[in-house]
Parts: sequence; C-alpha cells; structure tokens
Amino acid sequence: MTALFETTRLSKSYGVLKALEDVTLAIQDGELVSIVGPNGAGKTTLVNLLAGLLAPTAGDVRFLGESVAGMGPVELADRGVARTFQLIQIFPQLTVAETIAAAVVSRQKKRWRLLTRLAGDAQIGRRVAEVAEIFGLVSRLDTLSANLSQGEKKLLDIASAFALDPQVILLDEPTSGVSTADKHSVMNTLIAAAKAAGVKGIVLVEHDMDLVAAYSHRIIALSEGKLLADLPPERFFADPHLIETVIGKRRHN
Amino acid sequence: MKVTSAGLVAIFGIAALALLPLVAPPYYVSLMVPFFGYAIALLGFNLLFGYTGLLSFGHAMFLGFGAYGAAIVAGVLGIKSFEAVIVVVALASMLAALPIGYLCVRYTGIFFGMLTLAFGMLFHSFLFKFYHLTGGDSGMRVPRMSILGLEFAKYNKIEFLSGPFYYYCLAQLVLASLLMWRLVHSPFGLHLKTIRDNERKAESLGVHVHRFRLAAFVISAGFGTVGGAILGFRVGLADPELVYWTQSGQLVFMAVLGGFSHFFGPVIGALTYLLLQDQLQSLTQYWRFVLGAILALIVIVLPSGIAGLIAGLRDRVLRSMA
Repeated sequence: MTALFETTRLSKSYGVLKALEDVTLAIQDGELVSIVGPNGAGKTTLVNLLAGLLAPTAGDVRFLGESVAGMGPVELADRGVARTFQLIQIFPQLTVAETIAAAVVSRQKKRWRLLTRLAGDAQIGRRVAEVAEIFGLVSRLDTLSANLSQGEKKLLDIASAFALDPQVILLDEPTSGVSTADKHSVMNTLIAAAKAAGVKGIVLVEHDMDLVAAYSHRIIALSEGKLLADLPPERFFADPHLIETVIGKRRHN
Repeated sequence: MKVTSAGLVAIFGIAALALLPLVAPPYYVSLMVPFFGYAIALLGFNLLFGYTGLLSFGHAMFLGFGAYGAAIVAGVLGIKSFEAVIVVVALASMLAALPIGYLCVRYTGIFFGMLTLAFGMLFHSFLFKFYHLTGGDSGMRVPRMSILGLEFAKYNKIEFLSGPFYYYCLAQLVLASLLMWRLVHSPFGLHLKTIRDNERKAESLGVHVHRFRLAAFVISAGFGTVGGAILGFRVGLADPELVYWTQSGQLVFMAVLGGFSHFFGPVIGALTYLLLQDQLQSLTQYWRFVLGAILALIVIVLPSGIAGLIAGLRDRVLRSMA
C-alpha cells in the first residue's frame, strides 16, 4: 500500500548548517505519528519540508506516491495536506466565520468566483457552521479574530486547517501556549475532529511527552537533524537513553 | 450592520449628488466631475491597498493610461463613443498592467511601493520625452465624445459637463461601486483579505497569494483607467502632470483622509480632498502647506479617516440608544 507521506534521504541545509540530514521515513494510512526531539533537532524543518514550504537540498518527499518536494503550500493544500504553525497564525481583521470560510472556499474550489456573494453561498455557510461546531466556536462566529482569547485563537488556527478537509494534517505543537489542564481536551477535540473529517494521518510535533505517549501510534525522534529512532511508543519509552537524548535532563530534575 | 451603514452612505450620497446640479451653479457642478474620476480610480486603488494590503505609489500611471488612451482612441483613431473608448482603454490598460503587476506583486511593503513608484516615473518620463508620440509637456488633446450615442451638440462645454456628463459620471460611479462591492464580498475578495492579514497563514489555507495579488493589481488598473479617462475628458487634455508621482501621492492622501478600512472611505476622501483643495486655493497660496498639516493631523488623531470617525460616532449613538 502506498504510504501517505514518504521521505527518502531528505536533507536540508542553510549554508554550512545542516538542519536535516538523510531522513527516511514513512507515514501510513490511519497513523498518528509524533515527531520529537530537543530544540534545534530539525522538527519544524521536517514539517516545513512535508508541507512544501521548503524545498529540500537533497532527497525527496512523496505524498501518496507523488513527488511534492518544494511544491509549495498552496498546491499541497489542494492535494489534501493541511498544517498549523507553532506560533498562532490568525487573520486579525477577519471574523471567525470568515477565517474558516477562507479554507472552505479553497476546498470547494470557489476561489475564482469574483462576483458571487460569499454570504449567499449556502454550501460554504453550512461547512463553516459544521467546523465551528466541532471546535466549539459557534458562539464566536461573528467575533473578530483579534478579539479572541489566546486559547480560542489557537482553536481557530487549527479549525481553519481542518476546514480544508485534509487527508493529512501536520500539527506543529498544537498545545503550545495552552494550559496543562486543557492540553488533553485540545488533543481529544483534535482527534475527534480528525475522525469526523476523515483525516487519514496526523503528524504531530510535540514537546509534551505525556501527550506523545497518550496519543501516538509511532514516534519519530530527531537529534541534530538526524533520524534517531522510529518506534512504537512502548518501545520508545522503554529506552531510557533515547528519552534522555530527546528531552534532555528535564525529567530527572 | 456594516452592510446597512454602507447602504445608507450610498443612498444619501447618490441622492445628494443627484440633487446637486439643481441647487449649485453649473461651474461648481462641473468641478465635481474630477471627483467622479478620482472616486472610481480610488475604488480600484483601495482593492489593492485596503483589501490586499499593497500600497501603490505609482497608481497615477493608470490615470495616465486612461487619459492618454482616450486621447489615442478618440483623437487619433477617431472612435468618438465614450463607452467604446472606456472599454477599449480599460482592457488595454489591464493587459499592460499584467507584466507590470507580475513584477511588482512578488514584493510587499516598501519594496512594492518603490517598484510601483519606479514604473510610474518611467511612464511619466516616457510621456515627457517622446514628444513626437505623446506631445511631451503639451500632452495630447482628448476630443469631446458622445455619451450613450448622444452628441449633446447644443450644449456648451460647461453645460455639458454640469448636465449630461455629470449624471453620466454619477451613474458610472454607482456601477463601479456595485461592481467593487460584489468583488470585495465574494470568495475572491475574502482570499484577498487573508493575504492582507497574514500571507503565510493564507498560503497554508490554499490561497494563491501571488496570483491573487496580480488579479487585484490588474483590476485596480482597470478602475484607475476609467477614472483617468473621465479626468482627461473633462479637461480635454491628457497631460503628463496627471501621471507625476505627486498625483500618486494624492491618491494615497485621499484614501487615508477618507479611511481605507471602509468601503466608501476613499470615495469620501476624494470628495473631501477636492472640496478642501478648492476652498484652500481660493483662500491662500500656501494651500499645500495647510493640506499637508491636515494629513499629518489625520494620521495622528484619526488613523481610520473620516469614515472611521463617522462609524465611531454611529456606534456611540447606537450604544446610547440601546
């Protein structure tokens, strides 16, 4: 069976700095794969390469068997790859409904409708309401994104990515800036939303090892740009040396 | 609510402008014709600035395309129907805007501003130096044309401009506003706004950033050209001064004065600017100084412009009534 995502000896350098080196991995249908590693390990670089935002220096990225290396985020979004960013990304002057609608417009391929009334398109309106419902944003649909709380902004950022009805979603620290108590509820919402939307695979970049342990089917560990491990959680967490390399000495302190 | 207030502005605006020729002397009414030209151009300018986040410092180039285009199509080629002239010139201008826009929209912020300024100055130099083609500093004559197939031969110029042509331009402004209203409230318009707010996030949601910026650039060129054709028709001349960079600055001034975050802001800005300029010119030779001071004051005290002030007052009244 063709993997959702596949990388072959993927490398990315910035001048002499090797951000990612010879990384070969595959993400299969139905998997939630976590990418872990210390700061500067190359996690975000890997996500940016998968999302088409960066072109690799060497190697290849294939999505459903097709080479998508450096293809660009728009083309990948059209093929069914959505992403969220580590730092919250919103459209400050747009309402919650407009933000979600922007993704729905792309998904329904209505972007070149120059003279149709957006507000009059029931198909878009219906989908916006559905997505808002899943993420608990219904009461905020007419609120300007800039006026949302931090937690709501994060939810909106993720909700808009889901509104693309992606096959794969790349989540770069979706719970950063969310209180410890709320992290599991955000993750549960995300996974329920992914199931409801028919998302086939989730790639999660995460620092919180409790979340990684609780939700991952497989863990990919990076260190200094290299692939350190690609293991199921039970085997990953059975290796103390690996854990120490990935999260440093924080746990022991 | 916003739709209603924009609708109210439109209804009051159209009513006031339609009644003006009945109460004001013809000369003053004819002075309003440039307002229509600038207002139409500014609707396009603001699609680029207020809705896509690209501030052009060379937009007067498209006013020039309109005026010189009218001079060529009507004066040289002899097509004397203003509607035909507008259609031909706007299409040609949009075609010319494609390669210019293609180069400019790869940049944002000050770099986009400087590039558009450079193209504007290039066009100005061309008009100035290629005397045998463009008439140099004397410009090119824009002949009187028929509107809706009617010559209005019995009307002298002031009567024509303050009567039939005035209403003709008002109708054009209404049509241009309706068209722009549909554009900014369409799925296309929504994607433009996402680019203005956050380009990176927009891309991740499948927004074609460069293509959409280019589309906004080309559409705004079309509006600028129609505005320029009206300006050229009124004076009867396509003048290189119309393309000079200070004219581009004037468009920016009008948009900021009126409030570029509001649909009708730039139109209100154009009206206020022209009335202010007319009054100040008759009062003092230092009118530019006063205008400059007003702009500085607006930016500091009223960053959302006159339309922002009106919207703020409306909200306050609504709150006190609730």
